[in-house]
Amino acid sequence: MPSSTSTHAPLLQAIDLHLFFGGLSALVSVSFDIRPGEILALIGPNGAGKTSALNCLNGFYRPQRGKILFDGHDLTHTPTHVIPRLGIARTFQNIALYTGMTALDNLMAARHIHMRQSMWASALYFGPAHREEIAHRRVIEEIIDFLEMEHIRKAIVGALPYGLRKRVELGRALALEPKLLLLDEPMAGMNVEEKEDMARFILDIHERRGMTILLVEHDMGLVMDIAHRVVVLDFGVKIAEGTPDEIKSNPAVIKAYLGETVNSEQSTVNSQQ
Amino acid sequence: MALRLAGDFDTSYAHDMAIIRNRGQWGMTIAFLIGLFALPFFADGHVIGTLNLIGISIIAVIGLNILLGYTGQISLGQAAFMAVGAYSAAVLVKAGVSFWLALPISGLVAGLVGLLFGLPSLRIKGFYLAMATLSAQMIIPWFFRNVRTDIFGGMPGLTMQPPRLGEIVFNSQATMYFPIMLTVVVCVIAAKNIARTRLGRALIAIRDNDLAAEVLGIAQFSHKLRAFFLSALYAGLAGALWAMYARTINPDQFSLLNSVWYLGMVIVGGMGSALGPILGAAFVRVLEEVTVQLAPVLSKLFPQLEAGLLAALGPITFGIALMLFLVFEPRGLAHRWELIKAAWRLRPFAH
Repeated sequence: MPSSTSTHAPLLQAIDLHLFFGGLSALVSVSFDIRPGEILALIGPNGAGKTSALNCLNGFYRPQRGKILFDGHDLTHTPTHVIPRLGIARTFQNIALYTGMTALDNLMAARHIHMRQSMWASALYFGPAHREEIAHRRVIEEIIDFLEMEHIRKAIVGALPYGLRKRVELGRALALEPKLLLLDEPMAGMNVEEKEDMARFILDIHERRGMTILLVEHDMGLVMDIAHRVVVLDFGVKIAEGTPDEIKSNPAVIKAYLGETVNSEQSTVNSQQ
Repeated sequence: MALRLAGDFDTSYAHDMAIIRNRGQWGMTIAFLIGLFALPFFADGHVIGTLNLIGISIIAVIGLNILLGYTGQISLGQAAFMAVGAYSAAVLVKAGVSFWLALPISGLVAGLVGLLFGLPSLRIKGFYLAMATLSAQMIIPWFFRNVRTDIFGGMPGLTMQPPRLGEIVFNSQATMYFPIMLTVVVCVIAAKNIARTRLGRALIAIRDNDLAAEVLGIAQFSHKLRAFFLSALYAGLAGALWAMYARTINPDQFSLLNSVWYLGMVIVGGMGSALGPILGAAFVRVLEEVTVQLAPVLSKLFPQLEAGLLAALGPITFGIALMLFLVFEPRGLAHRWELIKAAWRLRPFAH
């Protein structure tokens, strides 16, 4: 569990977020908390604003109204590249790796914020830069070991299959050593086996590294299994929040996902898990 | 994935990261360096002259490769930044500064000018950035031609005294060879070190996915500026060495055409590889030399050919070579070299 915050104070507070693209409202007065040490799932039908909310949290989008407080910092006006230094890392729905680099270098590139060497030290290499590279290589090798990707260490990631690329991307986010990990559909497009692998990695990250995780995911069964709490968005509005069990029986959620006839459809949601 | 020699295993992270991996490679490296610096004692002046020109081109092309190959930012102003270096060196030497001190200063001056022209990269990319850097290529030679002709010599340009070191005067191809090749070696090593450490990874990250880089803590703008600075710094060093090599410099030596040639060398050599600039610069310069040698032979064999056509032989060959590379080997000579090396190591098997 992160040490800097107490168990009760939220690690991140999103307060009254409004985000518009022209006339289209992506988020309307969305508020939620992320508590330290929890796995919070953000779900909702396609176009509900899940990724938009995530993009606001790491400064990719700027909400027109509202506030984001993280670990004592106001993120609303923090430059995008500073936010990971405060302790937020993320993965992307459509994998955004550095395709020309090896898996190892992708992870090392994420150590950027933890490294100190100057341009001149880099050019000289011998001495401080060399020692720093090795020290960070050690950290990276632990992550490589943890995610079981030793065999692809020196493979160019552009040539890797989809499932492995997703894993490299997760590794890259871990290499930032964040307090809060934002995962944008980590299991999208995977088969059952790969999904189970990924779920295991997420749970391991949470347990062994004590990371707080915000998960955006479509696979209901999986979300209900691993999330501690769930926030549901629909058309940019938060329609529900609660434990997986509360969400499963929440009429507004069922309506958003399945339409009007509540009774007959509820069993469908249950049977998905 | 890079293939390694059989029996070559990593024993530590330092070993895994090393470029020169075993005794054999150390031996070859040392032998190569000895050979490189012993060459002027054996080869004739013309060969050394060509090598000097190749060396100067290599430095400029390495700089461009940092910007284009690693950072993915295009620049059409490399020759202009060379001009800044050349003029800085010439003016400083004229003012009584030793050339050996003027050389690094010229690099820094060019770097700062490059930084200035890199500012538009904050907002624009690709084709539009190319047009913005074209302004450097327009403004800088114009500046040296028309502004303060008392300092920069206007159209006829400047003449620089050959540098000295004690008793030695660097006024022949063989003597100039040493400072040029020494700078080349330092520049190659520095570029390779940059590419394999924090800065290089940040630059490649920006090339491959600028938005992801920003989200993961790599400040795009400051790193693009670093790339422009380094690229122009290399150009400045090349320019200062050019001033020593040519002795007389004028604005016409640093035209847009030269910038395009450097771009061509980066492409022929292989973008984003450490070896690429060396192979690219060498290949294009040798090709140029061959066409120069070939022109009189051709005019004897085919007297009906027009003189103008023979004069254009160089550019035509370069153009054709560039097109062929873009179509058949867009990853350049460096990639081809990797393939040959891999095939050699896998021999006698195909995979």
